[in-house]
Amino acid sequence: MSSKPTKPKEPVPPLNVWGPAVALAWFVPGGGHFLLKRYGRAGLLLGAVLVMFLFGLMMRGEFLKPQAGDLLTIVMYYGGFVCNVLTGVPYMIAVWFGYAQPDMAGAVHDYGTKFLVTAGLLNVLAMVDAYEIAIGKKS
Amino acid sequence: MPKVTLSHFEAALLFSLCASLVLGVVTKRTDRERLKYGAYCFAWFVVVLFGLGWLMYLGHG
Repeated sequence: MSSKPTKPKEPVPPLNVWGPAVALAWFVPGGGHFLLKRYGRAGLLLGAVLVMFLFGLMMRGEFLKPQAGDLLTIVMYYGGFVCNVLTGVPYMIAVWFGYAQPDMAGAVHDYGTKFLVTAGLLNVLAMVDAYEIAIGKKS
Repeated sequence: MPKVTLSHFEAALLFSLCASLVLGVVTKRTDRERLKYGAYCFAWFVVVLFGLGWLMYLGHG
């Protein structure tokens, strides 16, 4: 049996190189790019995530909370909660100001909930991009 | 916070716009490529939006 030659693993960059950018990118959408002096992209990311989040609130979307049940329920509600938290400061401010929309029937509320979750997912993409810029993989 | 009521089409269009913008910004390496990819994603979102809309309309009988 011949063993395939394995590619040497790339060393993990030190935390102090990418940590602050990724942490700021989580707290403030576009903040990581701002820290890395990519001001134009930072503004676009902040605008896109914030618009999506604010429309989610204005459409009276629900912040999903972890909920037990069947597998699909667990994935949906835990995943939704994590995505909401990943929006960062906008989520914290909304919760702090007492935004607690109950689950309601209706397409607009449903869209609102999806907007809130997607805002968090878009912020994850921004965090990954900030990481890649910070470690020098991207410009 | 004011309440906003968007139609399905308006909500889906807004969703497409924001998602395309972020996808364009984070995936490519030059500004030109980013702009092109963002527009490409948005165009596909809209095409699929109309396609699914017609599919649902025709499937409904």
